[in-house]
Amino acid sequence: MAVPLSTHAEPSDVAPERDLETLEIDLLLEAIFRRYGLDFREYAPASLKRRLYRRMQAEGLETLSQLQDRLLHHPPTMEQLLVDLSINVTAMFRDPSFYVAVREKVVPLLHTYPFTRIWCAGCSTGEEVYSLAILLHEEGLYDRTRIYATDINELVIQSAREGVFPLDRMKQYTQNYIKAGGKGDFSGYYTAAYDNAVFSRSLTENVVFAQHNLAMDRSFNEFNMIVCRNVMIYFDKTLQDRVHGLFHESLATFGILALGHKESINFTRFADRYEEIDAGERIYRKVA
Amino acid sequence: MYELIAIGTSWGGLDAVSRLLDGLHEDVHQPIVVAQHRSVESEEGGLARLLAAHTRRIVTDPDDKTLLEPDHVYLAPPDYHVLVEDGHVALSTDAPVLYARPSIDVLFESVADAYGRHAVGIVLTGANSDGARGLARIKDLGGVAIVQDPATSERRTMPDAAIAATHADAVLPLEEIPLFLYGLCA
Repeated sequence: MAVPLSTHAEPSDVAPERDLETLEIDLLLEAIFRRYGLDFREYAPASLKRRLYRRMQAEGLETLSQLQDRLLHHPPTMEQLLVDLSINVTAMFRDPSFYVAVREKVVPLLHTYPFTRIWCAGCSTGEEVYSLAILLHEEGLYDRTRIYATDINELVIQSAREGVFPLDRMKQYTQNYIKAGGKGDFSGYYTAAYDNAVFSRSLTENVVFAQHNLAMDRSFNEFNMIVCRNVMIYFDKTLQDRVHGLFHESLATFGILALGHKESINFTRFADRYEEIDAGERIYRKVA
Repeated sequence: MYELIAIGTSWGGLDAVSRLLDGLHEDVHQPIVVAQHRSVESEEGGLARLLAAHTRRIVTDPDDKTLLEPDHVYLAPPDYHVLVEDGHVALSTDAPVLYARPSIDVLFESVADAYGRHAVGIVLTGANSDGARGLARIKDLGGVAIVQDPATSERRTMPDAAIAATHADAVLPLEEIPLFLYGLCA
């Protein structure tokens, strides 16, 4: 760590240290952008910094400048960092009340369409995709739905596509599923194999997994629903605004936008383009 | 001078934070951010309602990017880490740290980075060592470190760990912390 252990440092000594750290981070992000074309310069700084330091320590390095050196000369380290930056720690049916609201307030709307396209943006390892697929299946919508599941990182998409999750999480997921209004037997959706739960291939029949970078890539279709939960909390306000622009542009009129429990559309330029379907669950509908 | 007060606590924390807010003079206007360990299951907004009975300040579970305003108390929402950046809240769902989400260390380290010598960190009663590392970081970057006197804490593990990790500016019984803050911040 670049942090001196002295507890007696005067403010005049420590300000340059923080400045130095900021400089190192800025240079590192610039280096990644120019070397790999991946832009993390508008990610929310506090969490980004923690993730960079975690990678630095995992590599056994002392400073972010050393990490920069390794990232530039050793692409596998960049792959690792990309995993660090794109893994979104989540669970199947995380926030069960969200799924209850989708069943009660969104499903009836989707039933009015002959065909529904849903974008699961920033799907990470796929927990949310499988949760949605199960819900749509139980609500009789799956056969006329296509889910587009995208993430910045090809490796986590591969993992999502495989649909293999640790068996020891199934107890929690089952509880979530029941609270989320599940209508069947959760264990019917997977097969236990050693320490893993392998989810049914039928759940991904109508899912298209694809690499997409929210910070840099454009819209690729028109959707009836976009689900993007706890992904934009890692972006700064400028990038959040831009991604909200991308979503707004990608939604059909009356399309649904679902955000995380603690993500408010009110802090964006698009607040007045949506009406609330469920304020507490942060489910909105595009009206303009 | 001081711009933000950050509080970390676990076991016994609801009572301790209630009493601290009860005793805090209204001339202390700095935004207060609290990371208290609580169950994932805990009802959203429940803790805020309990604490609101003890203060005229506005107590909320903030959304991501909520601006930090005077006379407000911001509670880390259950199952999120709460961090601060320049003038606003930033949330994360990264893995728990020391089994905790919210993690006090995560909050305090972000407070130190964003506010430097304008930060005040307080560790109250608690049953593990979360917060010690973060409080040291606040102190290292020129901020003020306050620890509840372990002898008067419902659980002393957390204050003991904080005292071992850094040279605290004040180790005080809970009822004396509001006055200390008044001297510092008003």
